[in-house]
Amino acid sequence: MTSSHTPERPPALVLVGHGMVGQRFLEAWTEQPGTGHWRVTVLAEEPRPAYDRVHLSSLFDGRTPEDLALCPPGFLAEHGIELRLGDPVTAVDRAARTVTTRSGTELGYDALVLATGSIPFVPPVPGRDAAGCHVYRTVEDLDAIRADAAHALADGGGTGVVVGGGLLGLEAAGALRAMGLATHVVEFAPRLMAVQVDEGGGAMLRRKIEDLGVRVHTDAAASGIATGADGAVRGLALSDGRELPADLVVFSAGVRPRDQLARDCGLPVGPRGGIVVDERCRTEDPAVLAVGECALAADGRVYGLVAPGYQMAETAARELAGRPGPGFTGADTSTELKLLGVDVASFGDPHGSAEGALDVLYSDSRLGVYRKLVIGSDGALLGGVLVGDTDAYGTLRPLAKAGRPLTVPPEQLVLPAGFAAAGPIALPDDAVLCSCHNVTQGAVRAAVRDQGCDGVTAVKKCTRAGTGCGSCLKQLTTVVTEELAATGAEVRTGLCEHFARTRAELYEIVRATGITTFSELVDRHGTGEGCDICKPTVASILASLSNGHILDGEQAALQDSNDHFLANLQRNGSYSVVPRVPGGEITPEGLIVIGEVARDFGLYTKITGGQRIDLFGASVDQLPAIWGRLVEAGFESGHAYGKALRTVKSCVGETWCRYGMQDSVALAIELELRYRGLRSPHKIKSAVSGCARECAEARSKDFGVIATSAGWNLYVAGNGGMTPRHADLLAADLDRGTLIRTIDRYLMFYIRTADRLERTSVWLERLDGGLAHLRAVVLDDALGIGAELDALMARHIGSYQDEWAATLADPERLRRFASFVNAPGTPDPAVTFVPERGQIRPARPDEDGHVLTATAPDAAPVLVAGPRLEVLAP
Amino acid sequence: MTVEIHDGTHWQPVCALADLQPGRGVAVLLADHQVALFRDRSGALHAVDNRDPFSGAYVLSRGLLGSRGDRPTLASPMYKQVFDLTDGRCLDEDTAPDGSPAVLRLWPVRTTAPAPSEEPA
Repeated sequence: MTSSHTPERPPALVLVGHGMVGQRFLEAWTEQPGTGHWRVTVLAEEPRPAYDRVHLSSLFDGRTPEDLALCPPGFLAEHGIELRLGDPVTAVDRAARTVTTRSGTELGYDALVLATGSIPFVPPVPGRDAAGCHVYRTVEDLDAIRADAAHALADGGGTGVVVGGGLLGLEAAGALRAMGLATHVVEFAPRLMAVQVDEGGGAMLRRKIEDLGVRVHTDAAASGIATGADGAVRGLALSDGRELPADLVVFSAGVRPRDQLARDCGLPVGPRGGIVVDERCRTEDPAVLAVGECALAADGRVYGLVAPGYQMAETAARELAGRPGPGFTGADTSTELKLLGVDVASFGDPHGSAEGALDVLYSDSRLGVYRKLVIGSDGALLGGVLVGDTDAYGTLRPLAKAGRPLTVPPEQLVLPAGFAAAGPIALPDDAVLCSCHNVTQGAVRAAVRDQGCDGVTAVKKCTRAGTGCGSCLKQLTTVVTEELAATGAEVRTGLCEHFARTRAELYEIVRATGITTFSELVDRHGTGEGCDICKPTVASILASLSNGHILDGEQAALQDSNDHFLANLQRNGSYSVVPRVPGGEITPEGLIVIGEVARDFGLYTKITGGQRIDLFGASVDQLPAIWGRLVEAGFESGHAYGKALRTVKSCVGETWCRYGMQDSVALAIELELRYRGLRSPHKIKSAVSGCARECAEARSKDFGVIATSAGWNLYVAGNGGMTPRHADLLAADLDRGTLIRTIDRYLMFYIRTADRLERTSVWLERLDGGLAHLRAVVLDDALGIGAELDALMARHIGSYQDEWAATLADPERLRRFASFVNAPGTPDPAVTFVPERGQIRPARPDEDGHVLTATAPDAAPVLVAGPRLEVLAP
Repeated sequence: MTVEIHDGTHWQPVCALADLQPGRGVAVLLADHQVALFRDRSGALHAVDNRDPFSGAYVLSRGLLGSRGDRPTLASPMYKQVFDLTDGRCLDEDTAPDGSPAVLRLWPVRTTAPAPSEEPA
């Protein structure tokens, strides 16, 4: 495309909308060679950069908008891209090639890319704008919903109605339910998720969702909003005359492409909306392109899914960079997702609309499993629907895409594992394995065979497969391992170049042989001098098997960055200190002591995610003095620095809370004091909630306990973080003794068999036999190792000592905490701070910060914060 | 036995050899320089810059010793880049974020027999 820019002015690219597809366009654009000289400006309506809208509901699971951010830090600055937030484009003047924004700014363009996405469709019912009515699309929408829900609950009410029983509607219903609202779903069609799922699948899905306490109304349309005297919503009138009580209504009845900008400047749009584009994503005007949900693709369809949106973004980027690729002519609309804990997948042509298509169906409503395959007249797999168990999705979707006659009788693909005798199904090379990045299985095999990728991580790096939603990871690992084995490269499962053993095998060797030093272990079972992978792993194994203080003898030379000085290393070389606050319960005196210690040493204080207090800014030689004061006041190490049990969070539970079923604080304290100091393959987080409202977020923890009227439910292998996982119910209504013995065995079995730095969530997914096997081992002692696991836990509890008290009591250990071996009294001149918001923060290289010299308890700290406390302007 | 480091002009006594536990480094202050001093399992001494070029923090003395192939190595505790102790070169990345070559300065280090006055009591 020859831009008509005058030579001295660089060509201007304007991107309208910074959603998921907008951000993918920028990434694809910056990957194209020869685009560096363009001036790129992004005009966005929302107040925050692009975020992962697919996982928006995880905001109700404790994740923050920052966790969902999609724009890598420094990306915009690195490529000189200017992003203007909260200032949407209101008009496009195609003749003058300028856009105007709400703030009145006018911007010229040589190329304009519209990525305005879609807007929620709100049925035109009277009262739809009343207070308490919401849509479910942006972070702000969810904040408003959360506020209204809390308000309703506080007033003793708490009923939410979701209009729309599709994908988004059910996610919204799940969110309302999780917040403790009585929840209804109103769906116009005869079944839920009518687009993706067929009649049978819809019925199964409905039953599962009603089991969660959500009331489902199908064949029902909203006809009006009933409002109270204060104008806020009170109920939802249905087309069949009934009225549902409602303190809160969420409209998620589908979306419409946001094509108003195109309509206003005379660009053609589709009959049901969507900016008309060709397979190059160009509109009628060569300088204007459109991608994502706002566009009507070349095949006449509007794609709401992320994967096709990404493909359009990449097509537009190549097109504008003058290196057009294959073009976008439509995409696979297969989806796999977890809705309210129910696995649902649909792929290819789920409704069997093709001529002569027949169904092969397996439905077990007792187990809640529904599998239907659509088989073409030529025996090819055309599509299907899976509800309750979608493990086969990774194999079936590429098979449907390949469209060749099946080599295996179709019933083999639907029968439960026990019955199906089929061996591994060979997938054709052109089958798409990762749909987010459109990577075929052939490309993955080639990456291993020809580009020398020696493992999944390397394949991810060079093909981007598996870096999207991650649902193809299992299949990706299988294909990569197959290909590695085929090329004769022996698949290295060892820890590192020094040990051919896995972590679990090394654990067994240490336990069986009683070896207590790294040197002996590496000399007899490894090679070389070790590294930053195996030394910490062995250090953790030795500590898990209660091998004494981790700074004693050779163990002191194995400890990872934080264990090295029993504190958390920060970016400027200073450390943070976290006293243990069992169950998050602390006395006023305790608070005062921590406050005094922080004040006396000039430390920065912050409340942690684990319900305790973190003190930042200590240098190595100050740690003993700080801990001396804390230990003297009765505190002990909080092990925030170890790959160990961190905290057992709690909600106040039945003692105070009117909803509490059991005393969750007392149990949390007992568990934390039982497992404190227990080192493990990765950190262990846990929580105890006093009722199903789950205020301690137990189900996002490695082990979580939720009180019931009859006892305690134990949930395992949950996780927040990058790949959140809701913990699975291991056992219900346990009495205290059984609960504790079960957690003992669960933890020790994990410590014994997990891989290096493998959280319980990943470990359970990898465990052969999964949750069922775990129950057999931990509850029924199927492996007969229960007594051993109990003994190991008893040994840990019996040998526990506070690492910091033990360090202070031993001059040999204390001697290590010197700033310099040849100048122990001199503070480290490189660790400096500047004041910020009334406290300190590490000084940046260009700032001249102050050293904190308050080593002696009574010496006043260096006046770092300055005389006037900065008051944060609202 | 005393450990000495040559600071470019003369040898500086730094600590007793017994202060160095194999595999666990110590930080040394030489005027306005910081040096990370190690003794490895074979008894060899290594002295390199204490500043980690990738984070700018003076923390390398807290890193982990090891080997890569047949070369003795040091892994930074901050972002785990690995340095070759024979020539100070980073084995993972060639340049530091500020564009300078990711190479640690090597400081000559030796042990000397105790001078009569230092005869252990």
